[in-house]
Amino acid sequence: MGVKLLLDKAHVEGIRSFEVYRREGGYRAVEKALKEMNPESIVEEVKKSGLRGRGGAGFPAGMKWSFIAKPEGVPRHLVCNADESEPGTFKDRYLMEHIPHLLIEGLIISSFALGSHDTYIYIRGEYAWIPDILEQAIEEAKANGFLGKNILGTGFDCNIYVQRGAGAYICGEETALIESLEGKRGNPRIKPPFPAIQGLWQRPTVVNNVETLSAVVPIINMGGEEYAKIGIGRSTGTKLISACGNINKPGVYEIDMTISVEAFIYSDEYCGGIANGKKLKACIPGGSSVPVLPANLLLKTAKGEPRLMNYESLADGGFATGSSMGSGGFIVLDEDQCIVKHTYTLARFYRHESCGQCSPCREGTGWMEKILKKIDEGQGKMSDIDLLWDIQRKIEGNTICPLGDAAAWPVAAAIRHFRDEFEWHIQHPEEAQKRNYGLAHYADPIHVPA
Amino acid sequence: MSEQPLFKVTIDNITIEVPAGTTILNAARKIGGEVAPPAMCYYSKLEGSGGKCRTCLVEVSKGSEKDPRPMPKLVASCRTTVMDGMEVKNITSEKVIDARNGVVEFLLINHPLDCPVCDQAGECHLQDLSYNHGKESTRFEFQKRTFKKHDLGPYIQLHMTRCILCYRCVFTADQLTGKREHGVLDRGDHAEIATFIEKSLDNEFIGNVIDVCPVGALTDKTFRFKNRVWFLKPMDAHRDCPTCSGKVTLWNRGDEVYRVTARKDQWGEVEDWICNTCRFEKKNTGDWVIEGPRLIDRHSVIAQGHYAGSIGMHQPKETFEAVHNGRKPKLLMDIHSVSNVNRPEITLSKLDRPAHSTDFKPNQD
Repeated sequence: MGVKLLLDKAHVEGIRSFEVYRREGGYRAVEKALKEMNPESIVEEVKKSGLRGRGGAGFPAGMKWSFIAKPEGVPRHLVCNADESEPGTFKDRYLMEHIPHLLIEGLIISSFALGSHDTYIYIRGEYAWIPDILEQAIEEAKANGFLGKNILGTGFDCNIYVQRGAGAYICGEETALIESLEGKRGNPRIKPPFPAIQGLWQRPTVVNNVETLSAVVPIINMGGEEYAKIGIGRSTGTKLISACGNINKPGVYEIDMTISVEAFIYSDEYCGGIANGKKLKACIPGGSSVPVLPANLLLKTAKGEPRLMNYESLADGGFATGSSMGSGGFIVLDEDQCIVKHTYTLARFYRHESCGQCSPCREGTGWMEKILKKIDEGQGKMSDIDLLWDIQRKIEGNTICPLGDAAAWPVAAAIRHFRDEFEWHIQHPEEAQKRNYGLAHYADPIHVPA
Repeated sequence: MSEQPLFKVTIDNITIEVPAGTTILNAARKIGGEVAPPAMCYYSKLEGSGGKCRTCLVEVSKGSEKDPRPMPKLVASCRTTVMDGMEVKNITSEKVIDARNGVVEFLLINHPLDCPVCDQAGECHLQDLSYNHGKESTRFEFQKRTFKKHDLGPYIQLHMTRCILCYRCVFTADQLTGKREHGVLDRGDHAEIATFIEKSLDNEFIGNVIDVCPVGALTDKTFRFKNRVWFLKPMDAHRDCPTCSGKVTLWNRGDEVYRVTARKDQWGEVEDWICNTCRFEKKNTGDWVIEGPRLIDRHSVIAQGHYAGSIGMHQPKETFEAVHNGRKPKLLMDIHSVSNVNRPEITLSKLDRPAHSTDFKPNQD
């Protein structure tokens, strides 16, 4: 049984209410932070913990906090990114639904550390019922003196507001989120300036993921150095993984990043193996934007070492033979799944969600979707594969925000690792409508050069 | 105001000094010529414009004197400011040319390519861009995205199918007119410029959206299908206008004024905004004081024969000598020597008499 820091109390009955959360040791971290520490020492503690952003990019949170500009007389803001819209990712939803006070507690500490008196939670519009849960938690915290004016008599004022999104994936990108929060069309801004200098209403702003901000609570409680002892290398602490797809036990799991991918999929404690006794074909380890990996490269790195569920190991080999931890949306595909159809589904998503601001993403995502649809329907040509490759190459890195990259990577990875399946699909259009290509050699042991 | 520090920046191996805060694009425009990256969405007179079309991407091979690391990705030169000692590659970078070709291809896949019936043809930035960077054929095999045409008020027509979503018209309306009545609806490749519930744009300066539009999406209804721009003679003129500067360019054929536009500089940007009255309602030569011909510094192929300007007067690279391995042309009709229907054994230039029809006919024997 691994260490649990975020979800250890999530199933205590009534934990949603302030009384039970407080009885279970909640808000101790706020008392410690506001009374015994100062903003600088909190940032220092978070730096020591090695906490990395849980939203996808994995940028060290303490470092991000230290970048915030502190001009005289200009208010600063903390924004919590709860616009969790990546296909396959639903960890923040679980956290907010089950233990909302953990997020509120993390937000109070982080607001204190960053000097934010008005803190916002920008929540995905489709999570229609969660704002009520959060707002109730905020009310309770306020009634008990943990929010509002002069918190715990320390003189620190802080309010938290919940803002609902209107159903756009792009608003999970931090600058698009800020635009949307300001009441504008959710188009990503051109960086620089970064939000740490000019963010919400042109004021210095830090945008962090729900899980990142929640993880601040155990860091304050146990100390940054203790927190950093959990995990391996630069992957410290625990990570929430939302596992879905063809597995026996889909759900949200908290792991301590020392566990191997194989153990995560097959152990009864976590995913419980592939459903219906099928074989593993492929997996997207970190949410739909990260490259898909065939079974053999998923379980072992190109060097033949077992792959672990952490930032470094999942990214081992770059995008040629590795993938990325991403946001922790673990999507498992069994032998019955068709990679072409799967890639088409993802391309359709990105085409639908592109904001249309910059040309490569606006036009390229639509083009890729059309080609993949054609191949899926059995009308493809062999040259289409190279064309897809060329299109994704011309989108990647040439767009304003990472949505272009996120649209390009799944297509690139699918072609890189499953080119034979695409070719079979094109060469046998009729058969491809009736059956799937199956496992081919994707699960064969990888050849490790001596 | 204190003197701004000057930054040294090298673009395509040409070094210049520009004030701190200048963008790479504006520094490159100071050098001029082909070093200046094309810009479809950036407009120096519109605050907040740029960064969207991605045609001006450049490679920064050296960040600055202090931090010489190259930038990992290509950057939009219109929104990236120069640093002291920065080195930039535009046309000398294969990566840039490759990405730019890609962007042009993306811009064209859904563009109708209806230049023969488009009023913008001849002064269209997308047309210029495709001549320079486009391919002669397309790899896009699907139905193009289309929209219905909309009338935005009595003077302007919006043909959304041609739009490249540069947002220039949105910025113009935002910054030039009292209230913005149009914006972008929807998202992704189905996003469109639209007015709020078909509300007509009613503002004295709204006609300027026609001038800022880089393509033929916003056209002047009073000029629609009246003439091709390359048949018209641009003349600088002015009138005493109570609302605007009154400085315009008239586009005449003979004595007839076909259209009125604002004066545009060599980058296709408006020098002074003009009002709707000047633009749409003063179409008599008598309304204007003519100053003289306007030199249009344009580089498009269509513009070449007509407009003056240093960039426009390209000599064709494929001269006869280059194509024929240094051989000088003997006659204008040099195809004689390689033709199957003529008599190649006769060298026409060596005849001591005028060429006769028999010299051209195939041997009847």
